Order: sequence, then C-alpha cells, then structure tokens
Amino acid sequence: MKTTPAKEEPLWRDEFSIQSSTEKYVARRQFAKFLVLTSLGMFIGNLWILVRSWFVPKPLFEPLRVSGLNEIGVGEVKLFSYPTSEDPCIMIRTAPEQIVAYSQKCTHLSCAVYFSRDRSRLECPCHEGYFSVGDGSVLQGPPPRALPRITLKRQGDDIIATGVEL
Amino acid sequence: MTRRGGLMAIDGAVAIIAILLIVQMWLLTATLESHLAGHPEPILPAAIISGVLFAACGGLYLFIRRIDVEVRSNDDGD
Repeated sequence: MKTTPAKEEPLWRDEFSIQSSTEKYVARRQFAKFLVLTSLGMFIGNLWILVRSWFVPKPLFEPLRVSGLNEIGVGEVKLFSYPTSEDPCIMIRTAPEQIVAYSQKCTHLSCAVYFSRDRSRLECPCHEGYFSVGDGSVLQGPPPRALPRITLKRQGDDIIATGVEL
Repeated sequence: MTRRGGLMAIDGAVAIIAILLIVQMWLLTATLESHLAGHPEPILPAAIISGVLFAACGGLYLFIRRIDVEVRSNDDGD
C-alpha cells in the first residue's frame, strides 16, 4: 500500500497514527512533550519565586528588653520570645562579658534546641543536630543552615534585643 | 537512520530529559525552601540554571522531533 509523506498528512493523523509501525514514535514524542512542558512549569515556578523575592518587605524589629545583666549568670540560659510571642529564643551568657542569643527553633524541623553546657553547644534532641554556641553555625546533623541570631545591645544593666540576623 | 537506531536515540533523549527534569524539581524545592527561610541569595542563580535546563530539554525535544521525522520519511520511502 502506498502511503503519502508525513508532511502532507493532516495534524490529527500525525498525532494519532493508525499505522502500528509508527505508533511507538508518537507515544515517545508525546511523552517527551509532556516532560518538556513539565520542565517549563518548573522554570516558571523558579521565576515566580524570583519575582516574589523582589517584593518581600524588609522586616522591622522593635527593641525589646530581654533581661537584666545580673539576672543571668555565666553558663546560664534565659528563654524569651522575639520578635513576636510565637518566636522562641534562647539567650546564653558564655562569658562574663559575652552574651549570645539565637532562635530556639532548629532549622531542620523546628524542634526546640537547648544549651548543652558540658559540650558548649546548642543541641536539637529530635535528630541530633548540633550548633555552635559562638555563631550558631551547624556543627553536625541534618539542619540545613545556622540558627537565626538575635542581635543584642547593652543599655546600662539591661540587655536589649534589637533584631534578627538570618 | 534505521528505525531501531531512531528508537534508541529517542529513548536516550527521553531518559536525559527525565534526568534534567528531576534536577529541576530538586532545584525548585530547594529554592522555595531557601526563599521561605529568608535567604534570597540562591534564587537568581537557581532561576538561571532552571532556564538553562529547560532550554536543554527543549533542545532535546527538537532533536526527538527531527529523528522522528527522519525515521518516518525513511519508513515511507521503503
């Protein structure tokens, strides 16, 4: 049987081949088309995130008195919430003149981290993620990034939280 | 190109597209996670890389179409 060249056939016949010998090509091509359209969707998703990131307003933090200097001894911790009541934080006095504070939410799955005085590090009990008490960086475990750091300021005998460094 | 060779080339191209797509999916989730965590630094490079991966997928699709047409015309000529 003589067949006409594929270019002259109507589009519907090209897409829904009735010849069993060419059917497999159509199936593969349509599958590839589906994959490429999905790839386009992924690219658009990335562009959407990019556009959204341009319009994120910079957060403003209100200063908040966290504690008095004499209320926390060396090696002791104080828990507080900053910048909102739903953001638990942990403040540690590591030396007489050094006080650090971090978000208490582990950057892995938001479990509450605690200060291990013996090992001098912040530990997450859920998946054994450890953070440096010096700068909040990840020492071990699944957390993908450092703990957000709460910036502190001394005002007389008061310790004031002034912002969050992500 | 023979039908067998054409099918092999198309299968290979589809496999590469699938791998690139998996990389794009990972890239999208990692970028979203980073954006929601307040770290915008990797968003622009991720968008560029995602665009390059999409272009590569599109190029492979055009390759598949070309092979497809070539094999079909060979079949019609037989």
